[in-house]
Amino acid sequence: MTVLAVRDASVTFEGRPVLRHVNLEVAEGEIVALLGANGSGKSTLVRAAVGLVPLDEGLVELFGTPLAQFRGWRRLGYVPQHSRAVAGVPATVQEVVMSGRLSRRPLAGLARTADHDAVTAAIARVGLVDRMRSPLAELSGGQQQRVLIARALAGDADLLVMDEPTSGVDHDNQESLAELIGGLVNEGASVLLVAHELGPMRSLVDRVVVLDDGRVVATGGVDAAVHEEHQQVHHHAVPPEPQPEVLGGEGVFR
Amino acid sequence: MIELLDYEFMRRALVAATFTGLAAPAIGTYLVQRRLALLGDGLGHVALTGVALGLLTGIAPLLTAVLVAAAGAVLIELLRTYGRTSGDVALAMLFYGGIAGGVLLINIAGEGAGKLNSYLFGSITTVSSGDLWLVGGLGVLVISLAVGLSPQLFAVCQDEEHARVSGVPVQAYSILMAVLAAVTITVAMRTVGLLLVSALMVVPVATAQQLTRSFRATHLTAMVVGLLAALGGVVTSYEINAQPGPTIVVLALAAFAVAALAGAIARRRRPATT
Repeated sequence: MTVLAVRDASVTFEGRPVLRHVNLEVAEGEIVALLGANGSGKSTLVRAAVGLVPLDEGLVELFGTPLAQFRGWRRLGYVPQHSRAVAGVPATVQEVVMSGRLSRRPLAGLARTADHDAVTAAIARVGLVDRMRSPLAELSGGQQQRVLIARALAGDADLLVMDEPTSGVDHDNQESLAELIGGLVNEGASVLLVAHELGPMRSLVDRVVVLDDGRVVATGGVDAAVHEEHQQVHHHAVPPEPQPEVLGGEGVFR
Repeated sequence: MIELLDYEFMRRALVAATFTGLAAPAIGTYLVQRRLALLGDGLGHVALTGVALGLLTGIAPLLTAVLVAAAGAVLIELLRTYGRTSGDVALAMLFYGGIAGGVLLINIAGEGAGKLNSYLFGSITTVSSGDLWLVGGLGVLVISLAVGLSPQLFAVCQDEEHARVSGVPVQAYSILMAVLAAVTITVAMRTVGLLLVSALMVVPVATAQQLTRSFRATHLTAMVVGLLAALGGVVTSYEINAQPGPTIVVLALAAFAVAALAGAIARRRRPATT
C-alpha cells in the first residue's frame, strides 16, 4: 500500500520554479530518503507533501486520500527542519512534546494517562528524560532537534515525515536516531526523510530519491542513486554540497 | 480597608477588577508567546471608536465597543495572514483610525474630555450594574476559553506549522485569539482603560516569566499577578484619589521589578549550588 504519493507536483515561488513535475511514492514500511544540494527543492517537496506548501500543479495523496480531503492527521508525524518551537513564553520539553498528542486528544479536557505515558516514552526514546522539565530554550540545537522528533513520535503516527532530522545532532546521537527509526519501521511505520548526508542511516534506507534544481534526477537503492547523483551533479558543475555541521561532532550533551 | 466594601460602586469596581485581572493575562500569555504583545494595544485604540459609536447612538458603549473591537480583531488577523509587505502599515492605519475616529465621534456626541478620559484610563465610579453583568459574562467567556482550549492555543502559538500538520484549524484559532483579546479589552475598559489595557495583558506575563520555567506555570502565575495588580490598583486608586488604570499598571510594573530581581538572584544562586 502507498502511504504517500506526490504526483506531477510543481511549485513556483515568486516566478521561480522550485519543483518541476516531481513524482514520489512511499510504500508502507518503507524508509525513503530525499537527497540533494541546498536549494534543490527537497524541503519544499516534503512541506508540500504534508500540506504546508500549496502545489501549483499536481496532487498529493496521504494514505490514498487527496490532501484536500485528508482528515487522518493522527496517522502523520512531522519534524520540521528548524526549531521554531522557541517562543515568547518558555515551554518545557514535556509541554512541547505533549503538543504531538493533539490529534489524538478531544477538543477539551485534561491530558489522560495514555497521553502522559506516550509523551514520557517519546522523550525517553530520544534520550532526554533528564531534561523533561527543562525549558526548551535551555537545550542545545541538537537537543532541540531531538525534542521535535519526540513530538512527532508522541502521536504514534503511521507515517513520519522528517525534514533534516539529523541536522545539528552529533554522530553518537545520529546513530541512536538511526536505531530508533529502524525500530519504528519494524513496528510498521513508514518514513520519508530529507538528509544532507545519510551517515548512520545509510544501511536502513530502502530507497533514495535525489533532487536537483527541482527535478528528480535519480532514484533507487542507496549506492546506485548516490553514484548517479554524483555523475549528474558534477556534470552540471554544481558546486559541491557544503559539509554538514554534524560531521563536526558538536557535543549536544551538557 | 473593609469599609471600602460599604460603597456599592467600590464593590462593583472590585468585581470588574477581578474579571479584568484574570482575563487580561489569560489571553495575554498567548499573545506574548506568539510575539504579538502589542496587538492588545492596537485593539484598545480600535475599541475607542466602538465606545464613541455607543455614545453617539445611545446604545451601551460597552456593547458597541466589543462589537467594533472584535470586528477590528478579525480584520487585523486577516491582514496578518493575507496582507503582504504593507500589512504593517495597514495595521498602523487601523490603529490611528481607531483612536482618531473615536475621539472625533466623542466630540461630535458632545461629550467632554472627562468622559473620554474615563474610557482611556478607567474610572472606578462608572461601573454600572448593567456593565457588571456584561463584564462578568464576557470575563467568564474569555477565561474559560483561554484556559479550556489551552492545548490547542498553545500548539498554535508555539509552532504554527506543526499545529497545521496536526489537523488544528490554525486560522480559526488565530481569529479566536484576536477576538478574545478584543473582548478582554472591553472587559478591562472600565477598570484599567483602553490605553493601558495592553499593559495588563503583557506585564503580568513578563513578571511570571521571571519566576517560572514552564508555559503552564507562566500562564497561571500571570493570572494571579494580574488579579493582584487589578484589585490592588483599584483599592489604591480610591485611597490616593487617582485613576485606576495608571495605578494598576504602576503596581504591575513594580511587581515586575521585584520579580526580575528575585529571578536574577535565583538564577545566580542556581549554578553556584549545582
